[in-house]
Amino acid sequence: MSALKADVALIEVRAVTMAYGANVIQRNLNFAVNRGDIFVIMGGSGCGKSTLLKHMLGLIAPSEGDIFYSGTSFYQASEKERDDMRQRWGITYQSGGLFSAMTLAQNVRLPLELYTGYAASEMDDIIAYKLALVGLAGYQSYYPSEISGGMRKRAALARAIALDPEILFFDEPSAGLDPISSSLLDDLIVQIKESMGATVVMVTHELPSIFSIANNSVYLDNISKTMIEYGNPVDLREHSDKAVVRQFLTRSTALEGEINER
Amino acid sequence: MSSTPPAYSLLAGNQGTYSLVLSGDWVQGQRNPNFAELTNSLDTTELTALAVDGSALGDWDSQLMAFLLRCHDYCLARDITFNSRNLPEGTDKLLAVATAVKPYHAPDKKRRAWLGNLNPTQLLSGISQEIRLSLGFIGDLTIAMAKLITGRSNTRLTDFRNFCYQAGPNAFGIISLTSILVGMILAYLGAVQLQQFGAEIYVANLVVIGMLREMGVLMTAVVMAGRTGAAYAAQLGTMQTNEEIDAIRTMGISPMEFLVVPRMLALIVIMPLLTIYADLLGIIGGGIVAAGMGIAPSQYMIQGETTLTITHVSVGLTKALVFAVLIAMAGCRAGMNSGRSSAAVGQAATNAVVTSIVYLIVADASINILFQQLNI
Repeated sequence: MSALKADVALIEVRAVTMAYGANVIQRNLNFAVNRGDIFVIMGGSGCGKSTLLKHMLGLIAPSEGDIFYSGTSFYQASEKERDDMRQRWGITYQSGGLFSAMTLAQNVRLPLELYTGYAASEMDDIIAYKLALVGLAGYQSYYPSEISGGMRKRAALARAIALDPEILFFDEPSAGLDPISSSLLDDLIVQIKESMGATVVMVTHELPSIFSIANNSVYLDNISKTMIEYGNPVDLREHSDKAVVRQFLTRSTALEGEINER
Repeated sequence: MSSTPPAYSLLAGNQGTYSLVLSGDWVQGQRNPNFAELTNSLDTTELTALAVDGSALGDWDSQLMAFLLRCHDYCLARDITFNSRNLPEGTDKLLAVATAVKPYHAPDKKRRAWLGNLNPTQLLSGISQEIRLSLGFIGDLTIAMAKLITGRSNTRLTDFRNFCYQAGPNAFGIISLTSILVGMILAYLGAVQLQQFGAEIYVANLVVIGMLREMGVLMTAVVMAGRTGAAYAAQLGTMQTNEEIDAIRTMGISPMEFLVVPRMLALIVIMPLLTIYADLLGIIGGGIVAAGMGIAPSQYMIQGETTLTITHVSVGLTKALVFAVLIAMAGCRAGMNSGRSSAAVGQAATNAVVTSIVYLIVADASINILFQQLNI
């Protein structure tokens, strides 16, 4: 059984169609995320990237298709099995998703309290370590409203990695950050991913991030409402036969003629 | 796969160098060795350099990292050289990331003492702050109203209509329920007492005067404070959080004209109407109880009519206008001064309800005294 699971992709999205009522956002999505990947979901604004992430996180059920974690269907699983899956995830939301009524320390402490048996002093040590990892050592007693937007993103990351997750999900981690903070955050994601052996799934359209850290990606198209490319973003930039993907990845507006031909 | 508990041993080298040899599995589910014990034994040595040796280490996760970070910080605070040997791949990197930024020493926050709210100086300064905020708000509001009258205001009619609808027709259900019940309670209370004198018929007078002058308007106001005042505070507080109010300000629009005035006008228009409706239902409620006690509906109506004067109605309507202004003010003020987090929005809504109810009771008492002096 475990031997069989070894060559099953960590996450598999199979024939997923996302729709709000009759309004189809994306149809027939098929792709796999392998263990150790830094996987990027990209596409133009409004194409359903964040919605896809919400489907993968089990927050919205797909209208058709299913999502598999290590070969187990998430949407067929019992609530108990889903909880077990969720415990192996760490998630940072677009606007952080920190609990505003709790200090940073309490935010990081919550998952530890829920899912581990650490003693209070050990928890304090772990919280100090997680906050130090994201460069927020000493900010334990601050509330999210008292720190800057970039710090909030990092604090959300500290909470996401509280349980040493197997899979880290990011929704636009570097949106709204300056280039330096944004590249530091990228470095941090890579460091954490490598030293903890995690897999990263992220929604972003920051090209520098995509090229510097991602090794696999999927491109969701706004017009045909499905994925039109799947693969390493650097390869796609050089060799994709879809003009719109090359245009997206080279950030050019010169290819409009070709796009219209598509 | 059984794991061995984490442990360390401290080996002395030469010239104050020590090595800390870690062994066992430092993973979740195992208890870390007591760090205080380690520092106690380190404190007794003439430590100049500490080398952490991971050659005997088994499994590890964040628990090991948390321990290493404490060792590192301990050395940093005492100017001791910290280095590591044979630590598993990854831990060095993580430790480097975690220690890249010097810990921030947060200034001690003022901790609020238990029952600190009852401290008289704090209480007074809180009240004076409250009064200052309220006066400022009233000033801004007066300017906005003056602009409205002179026709130079940015208040939108559609907003006003929407708020009227939300405050009025949407509140019919709850107002009907509360006012019928209050009418019944009044009648029942009065009837039990009046029966002793054989004067049950005066229940009608009691209910009519009670509802028109006092209970109709007060109950409506309390419901509106909880329903509409709190909603205003939450709406404006959320707009504050979403930077909508900033956007309005930078467009050169006064948030008072754009947000507060339509809400307040809506309440000023709707409250008297709801009050009349509540009075009517309260009197009907009283009639139901009276009928139960053997007073015929026609008798009740004729008796009630003898006390039904325009004075009583206008007393109720005057109060309704005053209460409308107070509720809108308490709600909008709490919302406009709200902080920018979800917790602050909740606090603003609570604050709106509490202050408007206090305002209502105080205003009601003052108006009653005033009218009594004026023989109205």
